[in-house]
Amino acid sequence: MRLLTFSWRTAKEILRDPLNLGFGLGFPIILILLLSAIQANVPVSLFEIQSLTPGITVFGLSFMTLFSATLIAKDRESALLQRLYTTPLRAVDFILGYALPILPIALVQSIICYIVAILLGLPVTVTIIYSVLFIIPVSLFFISLGLLFGSILNVKQAGGICGALLTNLTAWFSGVWFDLELVGGFFKKIANALPFVHAVELERAVLSGNYGDIFPHIYWVLGYTAVSVIVAVLLFLRQMGTQK
Amino acid sequence: MEAIKTVGLTKKYKDVTAVCNLNLTIQQGELFSLLGVNGAGKTTTIKMLSCLTKPTVGDAFLGGNSIVSDTSKVKAIIGVSPQETAVAPNLTVKENLELMCGVHGFSKEKRKHKTEELSAQFNLTDILGRKAGKLSGGWQRRLSIAMALISEPEILFLDEPTLGLDIIARSDLWDVIRLLKGKITIILTTHYLEEAEALSDHIGIMKDGRLFALGTADELKEKAGTDKFEEAFLNIVKGVAK
Repeated sequence: MRLLTFSWRTAKEILRDPLNLGFGLGFPIILILLLSAIQANVPVSLFEIQSLTPGITVFGLSFMTLFSATLIAKDRESALLQRLYTTPLRAVDFILGYALPILPIALVQSIICYIVAILLGLPVTVTIIYSVLFIIPVSLFFISLGLLFGSILNVKQAGGICGALLTNLTAWFSGVWFDLELVGGFFKKIANALPFVHAVELERAVLSGNYGDIFPHIYWVLGYTAVSVIVAVLLFLRQMGTQK
Repeated sequence: MEAIKTVGLTKKYKDVTAVCNLNLTIQQGELFSLLGVNGAGKTTTIKMLSCLTKPTVGDAFLGGNSIVSDTSKVKAIIGVSPQETAVAPNLTVKENLELMCGVHGFSKEKRKHKTEELSAQFNLTDILGRKAGKLSGGWQRRLSIAMALISEPEILFLDEPTLGLDIIARSDLWDVIRLLKGKITIILTTHYLEEAEALSDHIGIMKDGRLFALGTADELKEKAGTDKFEEAFLNIVKGVAK
């Protein structure tokens, strides 16, 4: 009951911010439309709808980090969290109350991306449903990053780190915009050590129905998700203590 | 009957002692004002009493419950309106009130009843549908106090409730606090001495983390050898008082 109340509040705060809706839902759609238009004029295999859509769904999740981090940082600055710490809400209510409501938002974002992709020619197959389901662990990674950054950054820093740095990292190191093989070398090694390209490759493998190809990418995604969840929880608990 | 009793309450941050050996008793239904210059330890005291921070040494008992070992029982009987305006900006006034009902685990019926009751008490009925973030500072403070009261607390902490408000909003808010007086125990910190003098049953003056003086406004004036409360406060804080 208490968790549900707090979760509803999180969802309302995020969904009532027009900037969140614009960036979270509008921007990925614009990217699919724009890159598909480029692909129509100058064919590039990377921008074919089967390859592009999984990449955009992963890229769009970086905005979930921004939503989550900004909301938590705002609550800390406005002392709303301080007020709520004097109520019977427990630490687990806060952590789940911030994280869980963003999961359905992330899923809706992915579904909208796939609907747009279908309108642009993506064949309708059952693998689309699987792709949406496989977005859950990837979403948890980005959501826990939001909890993590929201626990240590102020609103301005959260906007900069999550809104600019993370979205760029996700874009550059995910292999969505350009083939990492073309750059190669150190850049490719860094990209492969980060979870973004693995999340995209995982989604591409699921969408194409080549389930054998989800390995080893799923291990990278699950590993990063587990680590980021643990670090996020620890940092949130620490900030609960220090803010108190 | 005692609402609050502190026993050697102390808070240290590394080498700084924010509150030092505070021994204080506040009776049920009292309006107790904690005065002091910036950094005197008022907010830290309220944070300890409202279980937001643990004392380094000592303890305090609210309704007989320890702030160290019975935090959940203490949280069940207190309401806190922090120094900063602590409202959810994208929620409406009604949703903010309902949020507080929800986190206290109220039933649907009780939620509706308390929301209506507090809305009427704080004249919020006409703005229930407005987003809290769009309200003026005075109305946000009013909502903030209503949110603190919705759990029917026995003890209400108001940390600088009139900070940053214009004179009209401040006057309105003090009217609200006046209405609450006697119904519940109120612990208030403020920089507005004339208001503390007019409203408080007892006043504690803190400096450098210590309780420098304690008594009614008249007792403090007598102690300081003046009939003006502001002068009495200054004399006590500057150490001129007897």
